[in-house]
Amino acid sequence: MQCPTQTFCDRCGLPVTEGDHAACAAARALEPPRFCPRCRRRMKVQVVPTGWTATCVEHGTTHG
Amino acid sequence: MSEILDRARTRVLESGAGLDEEQILEVLRLPDEDLPALLQLAHDVRMKWCGPEVEVEGIISLKTGGCPEDCHFCSQSGLFASPVRAVWLDIPSLVEAAKQTAATGATEFCIVAAVRGPDKRLMDQMRAGVKAIKEAVDIQVAASLGMLTKEQVDELVEMGVHRYNHNLETCRSYFPNVVTTHSFEERWETLKMVRDSGMEVCCGGILGLGETIEQRAEFAAQLAELDPHEVPLNFLNPRPGTPLGDRPVVEGKDALRAIAAFRLAMPKTILRYAGGREITLGDLGTRDGLLGGINAVIVGNYLTTLGRPATADLDLLQDLKMPVKSLSATF
Repeated sequence: MQCPTQTFCDRCGLPVTEGDHAACAAARALEPPRFCPRCRRRMKVQVVPTGWTATCVEHGTTHG
Repeated sequence: MSEILDRARTRVLESGAGLDEEQILEVLRLPDEDLPALLQLAHDVRMKWCGPEVEVEGIISLKTGGCPEDCHFCSQSGLFASPVRAVWLDIPSLVEAAKQTAATGATEFCIVAAVRGPDKRLMDQMRAGVKAIKEAVDIQVAASLGMLTKEQVDELVEMGVHRYNHNLETCRSYFPNVVTTHSFEERWETLKMVRDSGMEVCCGGILGLGETIEQRAEFAAQLAELDPHEVPLNFLNPRPGTPLGDRPVVEGKDALRAIAAFRLAMPKTILRYAGGREITLGDLGTRDGLLGGINAVIVGNYLTTLGRPATADLDLLQDLKMPVKSLSATF
């Protein structure tokens, strides 16, 4: 289920309303997000052995 | 059992000598019906020459992205339209990652940077990071910083880095199809300097880059010639935006055949599961590989992609009655 504020796919950066993002969603099981889902900016992502952080300069940091 | 496996049993299991290139190729060409026997032989070889222990390692990216090199599989190259942005990890976060890695029972923590080779800034960051880790955590520190000068090799030794990773990635004949910004020989030079310094050599590569089966055998034979302490075996996880982003993943049976073949080429090395195993082998195949020649794992996440939770691998090792190698056993 998409976050209500998700306008863009956080894997490919395209609008969630354009095309099928099922493959992106499947891939995300083994990948951190790369694009901000609100503004599609490329995020600064740091992966560590037990998690990740993704930072959008406009919308802040998320963790996983 | 096939004659090929009979010969391999005599040469590798009984005498401890690795297969040569032609013999490796024969193994890679074995039909699917011989795969269980091949994996059993590779497992027997691993148990006889390495023992049941499994070396567990965590890896961390100290400097991500923005690399000037063009390794065609890599999302961290600044030359491709990859979504990976450049980012540096700070020292407190590096130490925290080392602590979390040690908490899994891992004895190895490898610090990696996406660079052609380290500059002064990176070496300074390494020096501060290794010192901080050694003060806070009981774990062995390895490094992977690209191509080195002799002075940088000596500096890493002096810092207390005990193992250096520098993958050849693929065989000599296929390397120019994968990397054009530097050569196979340049990588080999760094590996020789690392070997001469007394640091342990960690050198492996990635299968599924488009190499032929013959080139896979060539690669195993070239690694055997190098005789590294450790061989990390990756399977291509095609990354969006890279030249190899649309390549298919390696078939599971081919991956298992390769694991066994690399074990038979290098019966005494640490053969480590590295990136791509999740998408190539899944849970069942991961188990098969550990029963087919693998005796080391990277647990948790990789540099830019995610792995299985460390607990999943540790539970599997417990199921298989394979003890995690302890720190005291590594000295």
